[in-house]
Amino acid sequence: MIYYDRVSKIYADNSVALEDVSFSVEPGEFVSIVGHSGAGKTTLVKMLLAEEKPSSGAVFFESINIHEVPLSKMGALRRKIGTVFQDFRLLPNKTAYENIAFAMEAAGRNEEEIHSDVPHVLELVDLGDKMNNFPDELSGGEQQRVAIARAIVNQPDVIVADEPTGNLDPVNTFEIVQILKKINDLGTTIILTTHNKGVIDALKKRVITMDRGKVIRDDREGKYIL
Amino acid sequence: MFNWVLLKRVFRAGILDFSRNAFVSFASILVMTVTLFVVGLTVFAGVILGSALQELRDKADINVYFVQSVAEDRILEMKASLEALPEVSSVQYLSHDEALAAFRERHKNDQLTLNALEELGDNPFGAVLNVKAKDLSQYESIAAFLQDQQSQDSGSVIDKINFYDEQHRAALARLELITDSSQRLGFIIIALLIITTIAISFNTLRLAIYTSRDEIQVMRLVGAGSFYIRAPFMVEGVLYGLVAGIVTLLLFYPLAYWLGTSTGNFFGGVNIFTYYTGHFLFFFALILGTGALIGAIASWLAVRRYLKI
Repeated sequence: MIYYDRVSKIYADNSVALEDVSFSVEPGEFVSIVGHSGAGKTTLVKMLLAEEKPSSGAVFFESINIHEVPLSKMGALRRKIGTVFQDFRLLPNKTAYENIAFAMEAAGRNEEEIHSDVPHVLELVDLGDKMNNFPDELSGGEQQRVAIARAIVNQPDVIVADEPTGNLDPVNTFEIVQILKKINDLGTTIILTTHNKGVIDALKKRVITMDRGKVIRDDREGKYIL
Repeated sequence: MFNWVLLKRVFRAGILDFSRNAFVSFASILVMTVTLFVVGLTVFAGVILGSALQELRDKADINVYFVQSVAEDRILEMKASLEALPEVSSVQYLSHDEALAAFRERHKNDQLTLNALEELGDNPFGAVLNVKAKDLSQYESIAAFLQDQQSQDSGSVIDKINFYDEQHRAALARLELITDSSQRLGFIIIALLIITTIAISFNTLRLAIYTSRDEIQVMRLVGAGSFYIRAPFMVEGVLYGLVAGIVTLLLFYPLAYWLGTSTGNFFGGVNIFTYYTGHFLFFFALILGTGALIGAIASWLAVRRYLKI
């Protein structure tokens, strides 16, 4: 489903973010990418979203080389990938409802679908009573749950969560990971980057370990070993 | 088929952002009001300048002095042939007696001159045709026509054409130079003012959209297309322009009223308030149209740079 083929990323100042990284992700998998800060986890995620281009190598999503997709067709590709970020990245001038509705509108969904799906998905993340709140009226954990609701509302094939628990306390961290597990149980592929040992050890799923831009371990049922 | 749902969403998003970004909207409207105010003022300045220059131009003329013995019919005949010229805007006939009366009137406070006139006993003035051209540059050809007439059959009837006085000719040339360069300079100043204020407005909207750059990036990453991201910002920009336009039109009302009498007296011609109310539809279309156009184009350009991912 997703294939990183000998991907390297070297910036203009010769700093190496990724070096000859190759791995694949199968449909329905839950893959955690772990490593210290600066190990290249976020760069890997940005490659999948075409936010960054590799210096060499290629990233494939369903056999399509992501970096050869023209900008005009990038939206359709990105709608197949739900994204969750450490800093939530909600639209500040839109309510929780509108943030999720925006993703559906961008996907060309009609008003009826939006009216029925948005409250439903907010109920799923336990925020049914906060749909009219703006992001700055929500706690960090609640904002992240809105972000997850936005990521799943278009039923993407894969969800990429880049350090989604980085700004959260242990209780919210646990809740977010439980939501991601539930989504994965329903068949959606999850790629999670984190450096939270507790999260990884509790998941008991595939773990790719990175260090200084290289993949140093890839364990089927891994633990956080660094 | 036209996508009404998309259009409705774009307008709703634009209007919501406009109202929720109150401070940014307020600042943008303020700057755009200044821009539109300058655009409107330049129109007023153009009207005043045009009227002042026209008044100056109206002061120019050519006088054709006739010998005393000429019959009035001959003069009226020449008047008709002058009026038939496309360059001529008006011809005024001043008879032998009217010329004397005009001279007396002009020198009513100059007893010495009036005494000298009395000494002559007889009316020394011939009839006069006062000719005004449509444009300053056309006096040359009118004078040439008159000279032609003079050299032909009516040679004996024309006493003098004052265009051929060195002083009169030089004054006409200088007047033409002054009015032309004033018009050119006025146009350059107006163009510079408009360009500068439009650039300031563009920059303000660029900054307003700069504050939304992260938002645009997020919209991109959730899969929104360029039009769907850009169009609400354009709606917002158009709203800034329209509100600023309405504020400008409202501000012009008391300003034009206040300027009305003073400019009318000063230039002796145009009354700004009457001009403003009489041309309100023109001002309405110009100010609101300019505002909406600046808002739309500036937003379109400003968003473009953040759509590259």
